[in-house]
Amino acid sequence: MAQKTTIWKITSLLLGLGLLAMIMYGCPSQTGMLDTGDAAQRVYVAPGEYDEYYAFFSGGYSGQMSVWGLPSARMLRNIPVFSQDPESGYGYSEETKPLLMTSYGFIPWDDSHHPDFSHTDGMPDGRWIFINANNTPRVARIDLTTFETVETLELPNTGGNHASTFVTENTEYILGATRFSIPYEMDKDVPIDTYKENFDGSLSFIAVDPETGEMSMDFQIIMPPYHYDLGRAGKGPSADWAFFTTYNTEQAHTLLEINASEFDKDYVVAVNWRKAQEYVREGRAQSVPANYFHNLKDKNTGIASSTVHDEVLLLDPKDAPDMIYFLPTPKSPHGVDIDPTGEYIVAGGKLATVIPVHSFSRMLEAIENEAFEEVINGIPVLEYDATIIGEVENPGLGPLHTEFDGDGNAYTSVYISSEIVKWSLETFEVLDRIDAYYSIGHLMITGGDTPNPDRKYLVGLTKTARDRFLPTGPKQLHPAQLYDISGDRMELLLDFPTIGEPHYAQAILADKIRPNVKQIYDLDENQHPHAVKRPRDARVERDGDVVRVYMTNIRSHFTPDNIEGIRVGDTVYFHLTNIEQDWDMVHGFAIKGANSGEVLIAPGETKTIVWHPQRTGIYPFYCTAFCSALHQEMQGYVRVSPAGSDVPLTWRTGDE
Amino acid sequence: MQQVTRILLLLIISVVYAGCGNGEERETEATRDEAPELTEFELEHGIGPVTERLDIGDLDVERARRGADIFDRRCTACHRMDRRFVGPPVGDVTEVRSHEFIINFILNPEEMTNRHPVGQELLQDYMTIMPYQNVSKEQAIEIVDFLRYYAETGEDLRD
Repeated sequence: MAQKTTIWKITSLLLGLGLLAMIMYGCPSQTGMLDTGDAAQRVYVAPGEYDEYYAFFSGGYSGQMSVWGLPSARMLRNIPVFSQDPESGYGYSEETKPLLMTSYGFIPWDDSHHPDFSHTDGMPDGRWIFINANNTPRVARIDLTTFETVETLELPNTGGNHASTFVTENTEYILGATRFSIPYEMDKDVPIDTYKENFDGSLSFIAVDPETGEMSMDFQIIMPPYHYDLGRAGKGPSADWAFFTTYNTEQAHTLLEINASEFDKDYVVAVNWRKAQEYVREGRAQSVPANYFHNLKDKNTGIASSTVHDEVLLLDPKDAPDMIYFLPTPKSPHGVDIDPTGEYIVAGGKLATVIPVHSFSRMLEAIENEAFEEVINGIPVLEYDATIIGEVENPGLGPLHTEFDGDGNAYTSVYISSEIVKWSLETFEVLDRIDAYYSIGHLMITGGDTPNPDRKYLVGLTKTARDRFLPTGPKQLHPAQLYDISGDRMELLLDFPTIGEPHYAQAILADKIRPNVKQIYDLDENQHPHAVKRPRDARVERDGDVVRVYMTNIRSHFTPDNIEGIRVGDTVYFHLTNIEQDWDMVHGFAIKGANSGEVLIAPGETKTIVWHPQRTGIYPFYCTAFCSALHQEMQGYVRVSPAGSDVPLTWRTGDE
Repeated sequence: MQQVTRILLLLIISVVYAGCGNGEERETEATRDEAPELTEFELEHGIGPVTERLDIGDLDVERARRGADIFDRRCTACHRMDRRFVGPPVGDVTEVRSHEFIINFILNPEEMTNRHPVGQELLQDYMTIMPYQNVSKEQAIEIVDFLRYYAETGEDLRD
C-alpha cells in the first residue's frame, strides 16, 4: 500500500508539472521547443501546395540560373543562359546556338553573377529577368512566361562585365561595367606595363524596349583605369542615378592582391544617367569602332539569330559636366546598395573596419557647394565628410553586400568572419548577428533591394559547405541558408546545396509570375520554316549533300521512323516538331554517334539537330524523354550507305 | 473524498492534454475512395465537359471543312479513316458513337481511357492513350461534322 501511494504521488507530481508547464508555455506541439525547433514547419510546403516565392539564383561558373521555391528551397528549374546545356539541348540545337555567339565566335560557357528583374515603379513586374556574363562580357534576358533565354547582348570594349545586370526603376537601363580595365580602343596591342597610359574603364548603359524587352547598347562612358566592381540603380529621389564601386584605384596590373590594396579609400561612382542620356541625345557622345553581337530569339519561329554591330556611342566625362562624381569610400568596396527610401548609399568596404554609409541628399548638397577634393578626368571627387552620414562600427571582418527589410534595418553579409550583421539605418549600430555556413558572399532578402521589401526571408549565399552535408569528395556544391527575419532576431531555418556558384539571387512573389506561365507553345502559331504542322507533311528532302528530315513527334512514334538513302558525308538536319498540345509533354531526340548532343522539344515547338554520319550502317534513334507507356517503342532507324551510293531516298511510318 | 479529488484531478489533466490535438482532424482514407460509378449519361455519351445532350444541328459543310483542317493537324498522327493505325479507324465513328461521346473523348481523353469501359477496352486493344490535343469544344464539333460528312458521303474533305 505504501509503495502504491508513492507511485501515485510521483505520477501526480509529474502530471501536475506537465500541466503547469502547459498552462505557462502552451501545448508542446504548437510552440518552438528550442530556438528554431519548429523550423521544419516553417519551411514545409505540403505535397501539391506551392511556395510563396520564386527565387532565381545565378549559376556562377555554371553560366546558368537556377529557380527555387521559397520557403521550401525546392529546386524548380535550371535555366541555361550562357553555357551549353546537354539536358535541354540549349546551345546544341540550331535554334539556340546563335544565343551563344560573340565577336570571339561561339562561346559555350560563361560565368553568370547578378540576376535582376524588369521593374515597374521600382518593383519587379514579373516580365523578364536579366543576368550578366562576367568573362566574355554579355547580358541576357530570360522570358518569365517560358523560363527560357530569349536574348543575349555582348558588351563591346569591356573587360569582365561584373557590375551588371542592375536595372533602373522603370527598366530604362541595365547597368554594365568593366571589372578588369583594358585598353578601351578595340583590339589594341600594347605592353601590359603601360597600364596607366593605355588602359581604360567603361560603364555601359543598356536600353530595354518597354514593350518587347529587346535590349540595345545605348551608350558607354569612358572612365579612368580602375576596376568597377558592383552597381545599383537608385530609387525614389535617387532613381535617375546609378552607383558603382571601384577598387584598384592604385591602377595595378600585377599582384593586385597586394598592389590594389594600398590606398585607404577607393570610390563609389555616382552617375546621373538621366543627364548622360540627355547628353547622348544632344550628340555629345562620339561614335567609336566596336565589334559586338546581339542575339535574339524570334518569338514566332523560335529561332535565334545574330546581328553584328560595329560602333558604339561613347561619352567622355570631360565633355559631359555635372553628370558623374566620385565618392571616396574605404576600402576596396565591393557591394554598393541603396536603401528602400533611395537616401542611403551603403558600401561594403571589404577591407574596411566600418561599413560606410553615404547620404544621397548630402551628396547633392556637396555637388551644389562644389565640395570637391580634386577632379580626375573631368570627374569631381567629393569630400568624404561631405557625403558620409554614418559608419557602422564592429561590422565583422570583410563586409560585402547589404539588403534591407523596409523597417529601418539593414543586413550586411560579412565574408571573413562568416556572418550576417543586422544594423539600424537610424543609429548605425549593430542590432543582431548570426553565423553563415561558410564564408558568405551575397545575401538576398525577399524584395530587399526594392522600395518595398517583404520582411520575411533572407537567403545567404555561401561559398563553402565543408561539413554541412554528407561529403562528396574534394569538390562540393555551394550552399545557401534560409533565415527568417520577421522577428527581432534572425533565425536560421534551412541549409541547402545549390547549383553552380550562386552569387546574387532575386525573389518575387509567385503570384506575379505564375498566372502568366505558358503551358504549351501553340502549334498554330509556330512559324518555324521547317516545322511540320500536319503529319502528312513529314518528309525527307535532299539538296546536294544536305538532307533535311521534317519529322513529327507525338506519343508514341516519330513520323517518319524509317529513313533510307542517307550517305556518308551528308549533313543531316533533323527538324523535330512536337505536335503534342498538352502541358509538360516533352519529347527528346537522339541518334547514335551524333556529335551534336540531344534536343528536347516542348509541346508545339520545333527544334533542329545536325548530324554528320561518318560510317555506313544502321543508326537507331529514339525519344530520350520517357513520354508514355510505349515510350520504349518510340524509336526509328536511319540507314546510312556509302558516299555516292544509289540507294534511293525513302521514308516511312508503318505501312505508309 | 480523497478518491474523488484524485479522479477530478485526473479528469482535468486528461482534458488539458486532449486539447493538444492537431487542431484539425486529419483527412482519412475516406477521401481516397473509388471514383463514383458512371451515370447513365456518361456510359452512353462519355465523361467530360459535355454533360447533357447537345443539339449541334444539321451537317454544316463549312463547319466540316474547318473540321477537316483541324483533324489533319491534330489527329492524323494516329488516326486513319478506314483502317487501324496507331488508334482505331474513325470513318464510321459518328454512326457508332454519339456526338457527345466523340466530343468528350477528344476533350477529355485521359479520363475517358482511365474510367470509361469503352476507353478501357480501346486501351486493351491499342495499348496507347489518346493524347490531349488542346482542341476547343467548337473545334471538336467541327471535327464531328467532318466525320459525319465522310460517313454520309464517303468524301474526305481533306483531299
